[in-house]
Amino acid sequence: MSKLIHILRDETKASLLILIIAAIVPLVIRNAYFLHLIILIMLWTVLGASWNLLGGYTGQVSFGHAAFFGMGAYAACLLYVKLGVSLWIGFIAAGIAGALISLPIGAICFRLKGPYFALSVLAFSEVLRLIILHWKSFTEGAVGILLIDPVLSSKTGYYYLILAITVLTMMTVSYVLRKRMGYYFLAIREDEDAAGALGIFSTRYKLVALGISAFFTGITGAFFANYTNYIDPYIVFSIGDVSIAMVLIVVLGGIGTYWGPLIGSVIVVLLSEGFRNIFASASLLIYGALIIIVIMFLPRGIVGNIKARYRK
Amino acid sequence: MVSGILVGGLYALIALGMTMIFGVMRIVNLAHGEFLMVGMYVCFWLFKWWGIDPYLSLIISIPTLFILGVLLQRFIIQPVIKAQAPGENQILLTAGIGLVLTNLALVLCSPNYYTVLTPYSNATVLVEKISVSLPMLWNFIISFGLTGLLYLFVMKTDVGSSIRAVAQNPDAARLMGINTDRITIITFAIGSALVGAAGSLFMPIYYVFPAIGEIFTLKAFIVVVLGGMGSAIGSLVGGLTLGVVESIGAAYISMGLKDGLGFIIFVLVLIFKPSGLVGKTRF
Amino acid sequence: MLLEVKGLTKHFAGLVAVMDIDLNVQKGEILGLIGPNGAGKTTIFSVISGFLKPTKGSVFFNGQNITGLSPPKICHLGVTRTFQLVKPLAQLTVLENVMVGVFSKVVNAEEAKKQAMEVLEFTGQLSQKDAKAGSLPQGDRKRLEISRALATQPNLLLLDECMAGLNPHEISEAIELIRKIRKKGVTLIVIEHVMKAIMSISDQIVVINHGEKIMEGTPEQVVNDQEVIKAYLGEDYVKR
Repeated sequence: MSKLIHILRDETKASLLILIIAAIVPLVIRNAYFLHLIILIMLWTVLGASWNLLGGYTGQVSFGHAAFFGMGAYAACLLYVKLGVSLWIGFIAAGIAGALISLPIGAICFRLKGPYFALSVLAFSEVLRLIILHWKSFTEGAVGILLIDPVLSSKTGYYYLILAITVLTMMTVSYVLRKRMGYYFLAIREDEDAAGALGIFSTRYKLVALGISAFFTGITGAFFANYTNYIDPYIVFSIGDVSIAMVLIVVLGGIGTYWGPLIGSVIVVLLSEGFRNIFASASLLIYGALIIIVIMFLPRGIVGNIKARYRK
Repeated sequence: MVSGILVGGLYALIALGMTMIFGVMRIVNLAHGEFLMVGMYVCFWLFKWWGIDPYLSLIISIPTLFILGVLLQRFIIQPVIKAQAPGENQILLTAGIGLVLTNLALVLCSPNYYTVLTPYSNATVLVEKISVSLPMLWNFIISFGLTGLLYLFVMKTDVGSSIRAVAQNPDAARLMGINTDRITIITFAIGSALVGAAGSLFMPIYYVFPAIGEIFTLKAFIVVVLGGMGSAIGSLVGGLTLGVVESIGAAYISMGLKDGLGFIIFVLVLIFKPSGLVGKTRF
Repeated sequence: MLLEVKGLTKHFAGLVAVMDIDLNVQKGEILGLIGPNGAGKTTIFSVISGFLKPTKGSVFFNGQNITGLSPPKICHLGVTRTFQLVKPLAQLTVLENVMVGVFSKVVNAEEAKKQAMEVLEFTGQLSQKDAKAGSLPQGDRKRLEISRALATQPNLLLLDECMAGLNPHEISEAIELIRKIRKKGVTLIVIEHVMKAIMSISDQIVVINHGEKIMEGTPEQVVNDQEVIKAYLGEDYVKR
């Protein structure tokens, strides 16, 4: 058991192990529902990891990341539906759209700290949702956009696509954390004044963290659009289903930890799928209760708690 | 425009609770809108089952929400604050509470929209040749009254002074023998009671459904930021501003976009005067 | 003249924290800044390092007007401050803390690590390099504060009560370290309450009381000045 923990502690080895297992799964298991669950887990892992870069490692908690998810989804879909741009290019465009919109949002919201920052991003997310909702001529408004011929058609295809996105995201996070940028993110989280005294231009670096975070969140939005074939403002800009869900997953798994997003995703996806079959609205109730329980008893998340206990 | 002012008074009352809680506890209560919802449901049921007039129901809804606030604060929120949880965990906690409340309502009641129809729901009054909705006028007056009562309470009573002390400097307050735990419970409860009262006032002119919490939490937050976090006068100013802006927007632009106007003002304030129209910077 | 502060005044909503302060610091000098608690010494540091904007007055560093610039900009120009209430980057190790300082001059992480180790060796903290900063006792935290600031390769180092709460042995070590730092060519302004220490290391001393400079001179001059004794110096020292 401790040998297993030793392997898991080495992020590179563990990542490789998990990657190999994940790559083999579709070749062995053909059950569409099972694959769907893993796809969901990976999707939320990417969202969680992107959020975690800003929220967990840089200490800037945002409650409005749906803004970037939605922008990405709409960027990809609108480029395709209005301009005939390939959905593959749409993925990159989605990421860029997310990152681009994050700049003005960050520039304004980073004037606030802590919880106020968190909510101001949420306010912007709502503004975006309202704009898209009411600009019917351009975005089809509440009617939404239906993708008749998305990028791929097989579940296995989507599986490997999201796997690739997940690997890309996790590798980027890992890379950034080993560079000066990553250290600066952590310094900003730990003590912004000290960071300033040591020559760190906090706002600049916060914007970078946000940009990277928004980029991957946007790409995931495009993935979502292709995978589910349909988007509308309520779905992709949803406060509860997207913004808060991202936060819950990371807080549950362990905010500011590498594996937190993955662990959190697994638990939340399995729980909500499990409950959905029993009780539709109860699943959101469980969400809320879960948040309360986690904050009260497991504030550092699962991974955080394991780390702390193992150190002793 | 007049109706904008009247609605603004109500917004101010809702925001007052949030700004008070922030001022003393430095946390933003994301479940605030849900407390409004609970207040509205209480009012609705009292009316439906016992025919109690919404304005009379204030007598019941205020204490009910007060107790709810006490329970939540004492058993759920306070332990988390004491464990020195980071700020974002604290509001995540209130978000969780809000989610639970909303979905409990969804499960227990139904997603239907309910409203309260009283003989005076549609009555109007002529004030200087402008036709003003009577219930809204009452709301405004009562909101003002409650705000005034709160002001007196905070300024003149011992408990009120303690609250102000804790808001200014919790450590110093503790050193002077003030039981800060009790004060935070009381403050949270008052904040909840205020918004619960707003719920009763709101019922005759609006309608309740489980998801209404979200909308008003955000509105309350905008008002609080508009006016300045922790500033009571600020929430008054902010509330009135929002109310007026929305009614002008609804009249001249469109009904649908009026919510968006609130956000635009919010953004503008953040860009040009982050400490709010009235308040001091207290982030 | 490395640092020139002219007519520095800072008001806080009606309260005058510092009034019309002039300071002149030569390159290679150690300037001691003393005065009773609340005299305004840390406020002066905060203005010099960009954390506060002065109500009136200006700060010149190396002939350049740095008044009102942001803290990171001022750090890059060569002035680094420490904090009276130490601010360790708690979740990071001692080594990582210092690396953050080094990164202000170095971009490559490997190189930063190497230089951080050199800094830790200089300040005598190498053995603690993998300890979490948040778990350190107060004395080591104070030393980390200095190590980290040194890592930014400052021309002017502002030390704010780095000896508060240290035992006599630690104080001697701190004095040694400060002398070592000066020998490296770093100019220092030191705020300190530990009289023995500040008197022995300073070339010049400025005394602040109620936000105003009440005296300036060599340690001997300051010790014998009636105003200073009246305002501040304890009985023990005068008896000497």
